[in-house]
Amino acid sequence: MSVFSEVPQAAPVAVFKLTQDFTNDQFPKKVNLGVGAYRTDEGQPWVLPVVKKVEKIIVHDDRLNHEYLPILGLPEFRSSASKIALGDNSPAIQENRVGAVQCLGGTGALKMGAEFLRRFYNGDNNTKTPVYVSAPTWENHNAVFSNAGFEDVRPYKYWDGEKRGLDLTGFLGDLESCPERSIFVLHACAHNPTGTDPTQEQWKQIAEVMMRRKLFVFFDSAYQGFASGSLEKDAWAVRYFVSLGFEMFCAQSFSKNFGLYNERVGNLTVVARDPDNLKRILSQMEKIVRTTWSNPPSQGARIVAITLNTPELFTEWKDNVKTMADRVLLMRAQLKAKLQSLGTPGTWEHITDQIGMFSFTGLNPKQVEYMVKEKHIYLMASGRINMCGLTTKNIDYVAESIHEAVTKVQ
Amino acid sequence: INCLQFSSLLLFCFGLCSSWWGGVQMGPPDPILGVTEAFKRDTNPKKMNLGVGAYRDDQGKPFVLSCVRKAEALIASKQLDKEYLPIGGLGEFTKACAQLALGNDSEVLKSSRNITVQTISGTGSLRIGANFLSRFHGGPRDVYLPKPSWGNHTPIFRDAGMQLKAYRYYDPSTCGFDFKGALEDISKIPEQSVILLHACAHNPTGVDPRPEQWKEIADIVKKRNLLVFFDMAYQGFASGDIDRDAWAVRYFIEQGHNIVLSQSFAKNMGLYGERVGGFTVVCKDAEEAKRVESQLKILIRPIYSNPPMNGARIASTILSTPDLRSLWLEEVHGMANRIIKMREQLAAGLKKNGSSHNWQHVIDQIGMFCFTGLKPEQVERIIKEYSVYMTKDGRISMAGVSSGNVGYLAEAIHAVTK
Repeated sequence: MSVFSEVPQAAPVAVFKLTQDFTNDQFPKKVNLGVGAYRTDEGQPWVLPVVKKVEKIIVHDDRLNHEYLPILGLPEFRSSASKIALGDNSPAIQENRVGAVQCLGGTGALKMGAEFLRRFYNGDNNTKTPVYVSAPTWENHNAVFSNAGFEDVRPYKYWDGEKRGLDLTGFLGDLESCPERSIFVLHACAHNPTGTDPTQEQWKQIAEVMMRRKLFVFFDSAYQGFASGSLEKDAWAVRYFVSLGFEMFCAQSFSKNFGLYNERVGNLTVVARDPDNLKRILSQMEKIVRTTWSNPPSQGARIVAITLNTPELFTEWKDNVKTMADRVLLMRAQLKAKLQSLGTPGTWEHITDQIGMFSFTGLNPKQVEYMVKEKHIYLMASGRINMCGLTTKNIDYVAESIHEAVTKVQ
Repeated sequence: INCLQFSSLLLFCFGLCSSWWGGVQMGPPDPILGVTEAFKRDTNPKKMNLGVGAYRDDQGKPFVLSCVRKAEALIASKQLDKEYLPIGGLGEFTKACAQLALGNDSEVLKSSRNITVQTISGTGSLRIGANFLSRFHGGPRDVYLPKPSWGNHTPIFRDAGMQLKAYRYYDPSTCGFDFKGALEDISKIPEQSVILLHACAHNPTGVDPRPEQWKEIADIVKKRNLLVFFDMAYQGFASGDIDRDAWAVRYFIEQGHNIVLSQSFAKNMGLYGERVGGFTVVCKDAEEAKRVESQLKILIRPIYSNPPMNGARIASTILSTPDLRSLWLEEVHGMANRIIKMREQLAAGLKKNGSSHNWQHVIDQIGMFCFTGLKPEQVERIIKEYSVYMTKDGRISMAGVSSGNVGYLAEAIHAVTK
């Protein structure tokens, strides 16, 4: 007799199952366009040269030990990470109303923000506050907020499948009609999975409505630097909202732009009204951290902190980031060119209009199935591809396969 | 109007000048951190910090184990990538972690009827366990903790949606184990409730049941059909012997208890800040273990997606490289021995100072912590007058005691208790 005999088998997390299937596939020309991790043109993971350098520094520094970090994390990591998001000269930082919580990756930062909001936002433990996530969005957003206790996680219009771009009218419509004080999860740049970001003008419109209707701004920033190659450019939306005076959260991930995926380096930047609010917020964050992981892991935060706070290393890092962003931009240009030269039906402008690691190809589920089963090219059922999975060696095969899928399968 | 409408009205009236967070109270200061803060401000050259539970060497310095440094060098030479770990963590780590706790010959491991996931040290492990029980345990929502228990146990289980109850454990009149009280209380726990047991080196008291006592506890727990949650944060660190410290866990399993288990490598490998831990569910069979595993992943993903690599890589390298493993066993033995020696010297020092009290418990208790028996007023005095910092419950971290200051500590304790 077991206490767990009734535990049902849960479905595997799709994106990891995809990688597993890819790994098990013996087909020599197989391509993995699933999981969102950077790959070199040889199709290999890339540990940033600056990271290798800093790791050596750490290993040889006898003054460093493995003692507990403070509950909120490594101070020099938290402040430099927030500066990256908000800018060196951020007035909010100068006004001492910006704080941060070091978290386990972007996921952990979202989790901490969600847990805090559920306890303290819009009343006392108001689990009924609607949380809006884009349609579509990163598949884990829903679970993060619902597991934090929010009962009402809803989609806001975002992706227009027909025109393959942003449904601004729908988005603004949802902002106007939603309950006041709803929470909105916004992608700071390089929207996952569509790669489609609002323009600056569009962001201004979005901000205006959010301010007027008292909606809570929760940015998810997982690709700063990685999207355009410029840290400043990729942080424009976040900084614009801060300049308008919003009290807001920004969940930052250093998984992609530092290639530190498995060290779980994230930062929840809190922009408060004033230092007193900030102090109280952080004190409550400590309580939440304490019952979840007590204090965060030190290795990744150290790497980032040393890099951001050492001028030559910071320059080298920005260079490494640009290398990654540039390769993605190149693959986008080449994929579009090849599809156009093949005469593949449809328009393919969106491949280069979209930004960041992902592209919403527009392939329907049947076409995706064809790609996976017949061509051994692994992509998400949504038609999302990871541009990093493309290389100069496989791009022809992928372009031809997309052409086949679009022409043969309806 | 109801509460929600009222607070909305209030917020509306405040308009843009107010904040969302006006109602957020300042959180209470962490009691242990508070001790360290006060210690830092103290200018007395003889001050002692006996608050925080991290090991210190005989010079009072943090100790990075040699086996850890060697493992780090080995790992650095391998030039590994930084790709995401699976949700359940590094496979080599979880395997070694389970083996360490259950023993190499464990029937559980042979039949693959355990699922072990990598967690964010002990806290993360307890939290995942609590969340799992909250979601899937069909029994009562009550978790029974020993009285007293680690301060963080209560909020962890509470935040996961469980309710807390207690069973008698520490006997202040003997500074020892209230065996009779524990058995009485446990015998009354409603069936299928969850009981949490400290595998060894009870925190905060340092009081562990003896093997014969564990046997009786296992018996009554079985009769009451309770779900056992073992918290093992000090394997190796308590007696110096990893098998001895895991004896209770292994005995319960042998007796047929399908336990859940939290492990931490913070203390026994000195990997505090790397956050290395494991959570194990001993299931009926391999099929059940697979189902449980799938659900643990569903729990983990929305919290932090997958665990950090660095510490797990170090731990697994140590556990699976023969000379590093031997070195580790020596070093953990060394740490435990230093603590034991300090206990002996403290007891001897108190006797030498002419204390009329019985300080046997200082030697009988085990692990990092010692429940001195000091009352709150005495604690206040020892802090104020002697700059010896400890938590209000009279708990001292033996790791903060060294051959250089044990004499002073004995004097101070004697002074406030005579």
